[in-house]
Amino acid sequence: MNVPDYTIALVVAIPLLGAFLTPLVGRINDKLRNIFVILVLTLNAFLVFLLASDVLTTGIKTYVFGAQDISYPIVRILFEVDAMSIFMAIISSILVTVAVIYSWSFMKENTGLDKYYTLILLLTAGMLGMVLTGDMFNFFVFLEITSIASCALIAFWTHKGESVEAGFKYIVISAMGALFVLFAIALLYGQYNALNIALLSSVIQYTFLDKIALVLLIVALAMKAGIVPMHMWLPDSYGSAPSSISIILVSATLASLYGVFRVIFTLYGNVLSKIANFGIPVNVLIGWLIVALAVISILIGVFMALIQSDFKRLIAYGAVAELGYMFLGIGTGIVALGTAYGKTALDGGIFHVINDALDVGLLFLVAGAIYYATKETSLDKLGGLARNMKYTTVFFIIGFLAVAGMPPLNGFASKLLIYESTFQLNPILAIVAILCSILLLAVFVKVFYSAFMGPQLPKFKDVKEVPKSMLFSMGIIACIIVIFGLFPEFIINNLVEPAANALIGYSEYISQVVVGGI
Amino acid sequence: MTKMSKIVRTIASIAFPFAMIYGLYVIAHGHLTPGGGFQGGAIAASACAMILVAFGSKWTLDKIKEKRLSVFESLGGIGFIAIALLGLVFGAAFFNNFLTGSNFLFGTIPATGSGLADINTGGVLPLMNFAVGLKVIVGLFVIVLVMAYAATSFKEDKK
Repeated sequence: MNVPDYTIALVVAIPLLGAFLTPLVGRINDKLRNIFVILVLTLNAFLVFLLASDVLTTGIKTYVFGAQDISYPIVRILFEVDAMSIFMAIISSILVTVAVIYSWSFMKENTGLDKYYTLILLLTAGMLGMVLTGDMFNFFVFLEITSIASCALIAFWTHKGESVEAGFKYIVISAMGALFVLFAIALLYGQYNALNIALLSSVIQYTFLDKIALVLLIVALAMKAGIVPMHMWLPDSYGSAPSSISIILVSATLASLYGVFRVIFTLYGNVLSKIANFGIPVNVLIGWLIVALAVISILIGVFMALIQSDFKRLIAYGAVAELGYMFLGIGTGIVALGTAYGKTALDGGIFHVINDALDVGLLFLVAGAIYYATKETSLDKLGGLARNMKYTTVFFIIGFLAVAGMPPLNGFASKLLIYESTFQLNPILAIVAILCSILLLAVFVKVFYSAFMGPQLPKFKDVKEVPKSMLFSMGIIACIIVIFGLFPEFIINNLVEPAANALIGYSEYISQVVVGGI
Repeated sequence: MTKMSKIVRTIASIAFPFAMIYGLYVIAHGHLTPGGGFQGGAIAASACAMILVAFGSKWTLDKIKEKRLSVFESLGGIGFIAIALLGLVFGAAFFNNFLTGSNFLFGTIPATGSGLADINTGGVLPLMNFAVGLKVIVGLFVIVLVMAYAATSFKEDKK
């Protein structure tokens, strides 16, 4: 289906306009404001889906800001949307829309909700901008918007000391990361007089300064994605933010992950495979580095999750492990670029991005539902909730089985792809991945037993099922998880495969902007 | 924050219009001279902050409601995005400078070469500067106001 080009601009402009209108609407009526925000985000998600159907059928779309055509030399801000960008945009729009529906009841008793919704809309604009832009400096600007909005949202419950601490930690980390990114962009700009990703990618030489820029970009974006040696902020922020924010933060970190992919595959895609260090192509070295980081992430994530007693921190460490699986798939894909199993690994890694977002998101929503009903997140004090909260229990079972990669849910589909491809690279990797997946199942069975099973505790006798809006939003995600699990082939062929091809096919990305290609 | 002595208050009252006009000047000439919406907004907001320091947070909060200020802040943001969207409606693209060369508001195309600057140029740039300026003046002032208010209530709590 064809949509006009300006849909790309509208996808970012509508949340931004909505963000500034929200305080005005909020002065009229609280309910009206909630409806307004949900409408804005649903409309935006609808536009993203229309755009997706267009991009997936007709190929890469570009949009130039402020003028009709790209004028040469390229100085204008350019949005370039390929299958990978739109894949990430779909994840962000689904998660944000669900989170806002969930907030209707979940945040009802809080004050300052005008600011809460304004920040959510700003965060949405930032995330969508990050994944859709085709310009390095623009990417930095949206990265900053995302960081500042998420920092304020993490610290939204200011009466809790932990939230404020987590917010502070997050802003320090993101400010550092953003400065690294800015410095790297300056290094590239100084050498090539260009900020456009496609243009830079076509002229990049892999000089000494480019190497520094590559390291800075990967370190900063991986730090914001929460890969293990740089994951210390992630459990704090995920754990102490309101649950509806945790699920949005999941998609914000995934947007940074997208940045890593874009840098490795597109920005440096042209040079990394052609240059060798110590007789090995550089992209293989980087691939092994990513695989190593991924294995450490999986191990540390799972083992730290084992010893947690706080529900949300436990899920956050689970999310670290899941990030490791994504990186394992992508890393294997880079090492074995060009082979059949490398392609499978890349598919698995990319498919796992959306699966992880949905599974971990659902678990966070369940944790929020339990907090809403009992005002308790410590697993030591919970118990017997399955008697009072039937639906929440069902959603939790779906969520944790999906995260642990049990068939027939979506986590299984993507993890199987990762196992079978990493096994061909090195059997030990696959064994570690499978064992950690089983451990993850054990962790969540423990949670399931201590929170939902067992005798009814006297203090939770009057606990009621959570309100309908929360059940509805959990239900949406659970449905998507089950559908993805039952028809993985359909999703892989129509959504994941084009995204993987878009990552590998950097020359097509370049030729959309640079005349004559490379 | 309590109010300061009469000398300080008088001087602040005299200096306030000058600082404010300078800030507004920087905003209005943003497309011609160094500066623009943000810089001019910061100057004008510092003028407001001077009044706050001289007269105390209690007096200022009696005169100005924080909620009303945040409405103006939203209006600044909406103005910016709305002008960008108008570019899509009247011009070729989002953020298109549809006013330049139209002989309407700020529509003149400036003559090349050295000479006196013409304020009636720039198309949508001055309008966007006004929007950003409004947002920055009000935004920074609200931040300072809330911090001053928090400091006051913190002191009262201690007593």
